[in-house]
Amino acid sequence: MLPIAAIASLLVIWEVVCRLFAIPTYIIPAPSAIWQETSALPGNVAWHTLVTGKTVLLGFLVSVLVSLPLAVLLTSSRLVAGAVYPLLVLTQAIPKVALAPILVVVLGTSELPRVVVTFLVAFFPLVLSIASGLVSVPPDLIELGRACRASRWTELWRIRLPYAVPFIFSGLKAAIALAVVGAVVAEFVNADAGLGYLIQTSTAFFKVQLAWGALIILSIMGIVLFQLIVAIERIFFPWSPGIDKPTV
Amino acid sequence: MIEIENVSKHFVSRDRDRVAALSNVSISIRRNEFVCLVGPSGCGKSTLLRLVGGLLPVSQGRVMIEGKLVAEPRAETGIVFQSPTLLPWASVLDNVLFPLKMMKRVTPESPARAKSLLRLVGLEGFEGKYPRELSGGMQMRTGICRALVHEPDILLMDEPFGSLDALTREELTLQLMRIWREQPKTVLFVTHSIPESVMLADRVVVLSSRPGRVLEIVPVEVPRPRQFGMEALDEFQRAASRIRQLIFGVAASAVH
Repeated sequence: MLPIAAIASLLVIWEVVCRLFAIPTYIIPAPSAIWQETSALPGNVAWHTLVTGKTVLLGFLVSVLVSLPLAVLLTSSRLVAGAVYPLLVLTQAIPKVALAPILVVVLGTSELPRVVVTFLVAFFPLVLSIASGLVSVPPDLIELGRACRASRWTELWRIRLPYAVPFIFSGLKAAIALAVVGAVVAEFVNADAGLGYLIQTSTAFFKVQLAWGALIILSIMGIVLFQLIVAIERIFFPWSPGIDKPTV
Repeated sequence: MIEIENVSKHFVSRDRDRVAALSNVSISIRRNEFVCLVGPSGCGKSTLLRLVGGLLPVSQGRVMIEGKLVAEPRAETGIVFQSPTLLPWASVLDNVLFPLKMMKRVTPESPARAKSLLRLVGLEGFEGKYPRELSGGMQMRTGICRALVHEPDILLMDEPFGSLDALTREELTLQLMRIWREQPKTVLFVTHSIPESVMLADRVVVLSSRPGRVLEIVPVEVPRPRQFGMEALDEFQRAASRIRQLIFGVAASAVH
């Protein structure tokens, strides 16, 4: 109840301040104005939300599918790590905002460059988290695996990956938040739909209320997706110690 | 059954420094014998255990089990480590069954066998619990069951009771002896407690400080089955005294 009460009172204060000081709508619109403009065309806004949501989820999915084998590869041999890691750092050094227009030229004006940008923004912390988890396995557990004559694959599947689950999930939480950022950045550069596109076009026409509305929807999307991951962890991996859980 | 022949082991540290852990150790262990390894800290007892377990290669000499050279961990050897090392994501029962799953030897009778082992150590009813819900002593008992589930003929134990409180230690010592009586196997038990070694062992191998050499193998003539309270027996005191003498020198073991 407390967070809801806090947000509700924040909205009330916001509304009151806007009316009291007669703040122009193009500087800071009141919540009532935001609601009015955003709900005027619900189908339209829903469509944009769906487009952005699709980009976020696709980019996130690709991040997961690439990060997992990449992390296993990185932690399997020092030689491979030495070769691959610098390339990874390079991908992070390139500002995605700068890369996005180039990708559009290379890949076309479809959804593809947006998914690629989202992936590039989101995957790095995920790879690091997974790799970190894989190498943090206590030597005792590895020794146990060896004592049971486990093959490298069995060791990975039955000891190292389960041990890395809390690390993987902390990486997933970071990645989903970044995926939302990445999708919006990509939409700023190239899009004909989506919440990022909506923010850009509505501010261009000074329909600031709509921009704020899109912003709020993006925040809600980020929170919902984040909590989804928290829920998955809690349901399927109840033994995993998360920082959001009370210690026994 | 276990032949340790002129085994030496050294480690090369990061700065290329050679550290000799064991020096020319030779021990012969009979089938179903209970042997304890005792020695000061750093004398290489854990290293020796790992050599017998096939977890480390020898630098010189050889370790043979039943006439075969030990080059890798043997399926018929069970190992209990210093800390229980249970898998936090698995229940007690799944933890006990883990070696069978790893070796792909799970049969329909396996869960029943695991449950009977847990009953033997007094953990009946805890099969579904998770490691974080168990005390240290219970986790160690689970670890012991895990080492026994695949019916090994050799049990290697590396200071398993070291991290437990004294009362739990006594309890587990008695339980271990009972298990060994009911299901005989060759046991090599590392400890830094002289009374514990004499209580458990048929023979006690006393190692010197680094690099570990066999100072003497002290036989224990205390009759079995053994109980706490037998520390008063002459046989017990003689063995304990001799071991203490070897480790600390003649002055330390003077009986008043």
